[in-house]
Amino acid sequence: MAVDLEFETKPKVVLAFIDSLIMTKRSSQHIIRNTDQLLGTFFQPIMFLILFAAVFGGAISAVLPPGVSYLNFLMAGIIVQTVAFGSTTTAIAVCSDLQKGIVDRFRSLPMANLAVLNGHVISDLFRNGISTVVMLLAGLVIGFRSNANITDWLSIAGIILLFTLALSWLSAIVGVLAKSVEGVQWLTFIIIFPLTFASSAFVPTESMTPILKAFAENQPITHVVEAVRALMLGTPANEHILMSVIWSVVILGVAIPIASWLFRRKTS
Amino acid sequence: MPKKYYVIEVKNLTKSYGVNKVLRGINLKVERGTMLALLGPNGAGKTTTVRILSTLLKFDDGLVIVEGFNVAKDADKVRSVIGLTGQSAAVDELLTGRENLVMMGRLYRLTKRSAIARANELIEEFDLVDAADRQAKTYSGGMRRRLDLAVSLIATPPVIFLDEPTTGLDPRSRIAMWHIIKNLMANGTTILLTTQYLEEADQLADQIIVIDGGKVIAEGTAKELKGKVGKDRLELTFADDKALVAAQKVLGGDVTSFNQKEHSVTVAINDTNEDIKRALDIISKKKIELIAMAVHKPTLDDVFLSLTGKEKKGEK
Repeated sequence: MAVDLEFETKPKVVLAFIDSLIMTKRSSQHIIRNTDQLLGTFFQPIMFLILFAAVFGGAISAVLPPGVSYLNFLMAGIIVQTVAFGSTTTAIAVCSDLQKGIVDRFRSLPMANLAVLNGHVISDLFRNGISTVVMLLAGLVIGFRSNANITDWLSIAGIILLFTLALSWLSAIVGVLAKSVEGVQWLTFIIIFPLTFASSAFVPTESMTPILKAFAENQPITHVVEAVRALMLGTPANEHILMSVIWSVVILGVAIPIASWLFRRKTS
Repeated sequence: MPKKYYVIEVKNLTKSYGVNKVLRGINLKVERGTMLALLGPNGAGKTTTVRILSTLLKFDDGLVIVEGFNVAKDADKVRSVIGLTGQSAAVDELLTGRENLVMMGRLYRLTKRSAIARANELIEEFDLVDAADRQAKTYSGGMRRRLDLAVSLIATPPVIFLDEPTTGLDPRSRIAMWHIIKNLMANGTTILLTTQYLEEADQLADQIIVIDGGKVIAEGTAKELKGKVGKDRLELTFADDKALVAAQKVLGGDVTSFNQKEHSVTVAINDTNEDIKRALDIISKKKIELIAMAVHKPTLDDVFLSLTGKEKKGEK
């Protein structure tokens, strides 16, 4: 042996933290190198933004509060939709790791196993953050204008990142449970799709049927959309900021232990 | 006298999935710096055993000790002294070979500097210099296995589990892999290898355990196992029927079988040189015309088939 090996002697908690950093780096490298997926991450939301604004803009403007353009109304909705769909990447990444032998390899190492999940969730957060910024820039180019000041923007960032984190942990559960990557795509589609459309993301809830309206107004996506929208437009956010935070924290409080437990169970 | 120390010690290991008993009391011991081969057909319990020994799978009953650590109680400590190369090459396809090595090194708790230095060393050693900075998904099967094995050696663990390391490789890659494994053994690494290839066990292992249906059905060195199925055989072929009959007469009780069509007889031999010389002496003394002779050694294939009973032998 030519090389003398030195081992880390830091406390266990610190090592577990380093494991999560290493796994985050790995997942981020995956995101960057998976070119097809990367293009989808950025172009699909921009396409949605332009299509919705152009197609629905005229029809929906009529029911919007006076002085609010559909593009300004839409921006919050499209951003939340983007991170909601984007969070499903965690499910796909977790599932595909479990399908391949790589998780067995990780488990045979003296590392903290849950770092695998942490890595996917955190890198997903980065990616969603970046795609949100890209969306905002695209919005500005086509005429989106905001009244938000710096504090409002920080609040917006906080609300979106917290909610993304919550959704990614939910997504991790799906990833552990799913039997195939195709299955993940279906499962997330039938959960995320109705949730984002039966909300105030694209249209005001006033025009919905009573039952749908009741559902839409009380589900987390509407609260997050309304909170972000109010902060962007400078209108009163009422209870929506608080409800967004509560929903996110509750989801995190439930999803993290369940995902971790399922992951441990699946891998032992 | 100090008690003999085994690096791997397994006593009465059992594992069931529901009513399906996969392991029915496996016992094995591996001394430091030696290789034990677990040989058996598909579904015999080889991979299950390796997965248990490498902490990936819980077991029902029995005792499993690796490097002095109890696998059931000290999984983390076991993980820091073992390397595992599984059946499907477990490398990250989107990362380069070098990135895989450094990442796994870090997860083995190597410092960043050590991980990078050791990765460079293994890249040289495993003939991956040109491919080191390419994504692993571009690797050939042989390169992928080499990378996989290199990854499990990144922290130079004293114990290595090789689960069918050459399954699916072409002959050249297989020989290259054997060469690498032999080097490992020369460095004093203790190895447990599973294989379906008898030749592989024969070539590499110090000790062989044959398992089938979750039970050990034979154990010993390759030579001992071959001895179990039979002795060496001397096959003598004669010119015609007359010579054959004459030979049968003079060789008498030594003949174990004969073939009328080929005009040949088979004689069991114990001490190869002496017995061959004696048989040939008798034949030449009676001036019986011999046209061909051959010595057949039992192969591990014979051992395997006769022990596992998967196929009845046609001849003899």
